Amino acid sequence: MGKTLTEKILGRKAGREVSAGEVVTVSPDYYLSHDNSAAIIGEFRKLGVARVRAPEKIIIILDHIVPAADEKYAQNHKTIREFAAAQGIPNFFDIQHGVCHQVLSEAGFALPGKVIVGSDSHTTTYGAFGAFAAGIGRTETASIWATDEIWLRVPETLKVEFSGSLPAGVYAKDAILKVIGANGADRANYEAVEFRGPAAGAFSAASRMTLANMAAEMGAKNACFEPDEVTLDWLKGRARSDYEIVRSDPDAFYEATLKYDLSGLEPQIACPHTVDNVRPVREVEGEPFHQALIGTCTNGRLEDLEAAVKMLKGRKIHPSVRALVLPASRAVYLDALRQGFLEILSEAGCVILNPGCGPCLGAHEGLLAAGEVVVSTSNRNFRGRMGNRDSEIYLASPATAAASALEGRITDPRKYT
Amino acid sequence: MSQGRVWKYGDDVNTDVIFPGRYTYQIMEPAEMAKHALEDLDPEFAKNAKPGDVIVAGKNFGCGSSREQAAACLRAAGVQAVIAKSFARIYFRNAINLGLAVLQCAEASVALQTGDEVEIDFSGGRIICGGRVFKFFPLPASVIGIIEAGGLIEYTKKKL
Repeated sequence: MGKTLTEKILGRKAGREVSAGEVVTVSPDYYLSHDNSAAIIGEFRKLGVARVRAPEKIIIILDHIVPAADEKYAQNHKTIREFAAAQGIPNFFDIQHGVCHQVLSEAGFALPGKVIVGSDSHTTTYGAFGAFAAGIGRTETASIWATDEIWLRVPETLKVEFSGSLPAGVYAKDAILKVIGANGADRANYEAVEFRGPAAGAFSAASRMTLANMAAEMGAKNACFEPDEVTLDWLKGRARSDYEIVRSDPDAFYEATLKYDLSGLEPQIACPHTVDNVRPVREVEGEPFHQALIGTCTNGRLEDLEAAVKMLKGRKIHPSVRALVLPASRAVYLDALRQGFLEILSEAGCVILNPGCGPCLGAHEGLLAAGEVVVSTSNRNFRGRMGNRDSEIYLASPATAAASALEGRITDPRKYT
Repeated sequence: MSQGRVWKYGDDVNTDVIFPGRYTYQIMEPAEMAKHALEDLDPEFAKNAKPGDVIVAGKNFGCGSSREQAAACLRAAGVQAVIAKSFARIYFRNAINLGLAVLQCAEASVALQTGDEVEIDFSGGRIICGGRVFKFFPLPASVIGIIEAGGLIEYTKKKL
């Protein structure tokens, strides 16, 4: 019996052949944390060791509440800056860089065959480039800082096979919402999700990040794409170290295979208050809302902003709604600036936010009052996540969010394509 | 044997309703976290929770964010165990790392109701409610080691 990509990566790290179900202890290549590093530092200090074990493996990216929204956040950031300097952590990214998952990928740490853990649930994103990447908690991160080790159960793999091609107005976000809606928010709990099939290879690097990011919303431990030409193109000039391309064997064992023909797909939307409460956009068309959010680590890359620009160029958003644009990183922001996207979006009436997590996690920059509704391109619509517990979040593609902002009501974007 | 009173909830109880994101970087003290436990799911919980209480839920308990406060706040509120049909994986790890017992038992998850008094036999893998007994697989030895040490920090300290 052959091995899956995930089994192979973890096996190489463990120094032996492993299969799903086994527990391995590995030394990860990188470990990510963000604003929660302040809390991790607190736990680390309880361990009674003076120095982190491998400073070069620690990646800290401030993104959650940037710039600091109040003095508590400011103190958090200060604690982290001082710790990074004192411990000689070379890969510390201060507030100007953007969302951790985008920044870590752009900076060339997300590489095929690497093992990356992060104290953020959307760490799954790096599977877009053929890495094994999984979310962990704060205490566990503190322990890894001290030991450079973590135990992991080798997960079974669920194969999601895409065929066909996306119709106009339909995007990677619609594909993953369809998969989550059809299979439930826990379908891949404890499992690896491997995106395969001819249409998986046709997705851009940015779209692959959207899919791998959202796999967390079906419970996945990690998500992965097999490295191919798209991957290698993306890595050119970025890769921080040597890497090894790892692919699944043709006779690898999969727990199950879910097949989707993208040709017949239509725009999808996750309705309040769970990510698997998914319907075609046309079924909720006309629903009023108050704010659109276009961006985040799920859909804040150049192709996402471009989809919104196509809708909004030369038009104005509806006077009854607000629209926020949240580029995933400074690099995306600069590209969008140079290509004139930000000007178009601002002319249309959008508020351009600084790269970061923004209102997605409910801490600052555009939260919702009771009774308000947002159409967001982010990854979670849990009750109260973006503000008041009596607000509502719909999740959709940037095209759907932009088309809806134009009309002031939830709108199927295909009428504008 | 350890006794407790049941609070019953449904499927997919997520980390945002267990501990809202608006507090994740504002509240650091466990006792303060306890005051907001389950705030967006059941505002009555934090006001009335007592040491030894047990949360019973359906599938995928703790889905969502990796925020550890979602485990810490329940422990601080006195919750001795969460019994569910299944747990989201990061939550499962976080809970163990903080010394909060997470017990997978589909039968108990369905049968137990708010207000029930239960006894939990952790080493024997039994949940007892009146005359009814529900069995769960005791956690693996490696994991019990972490809980017995009082969480991952204490466990790692011993290893270092």
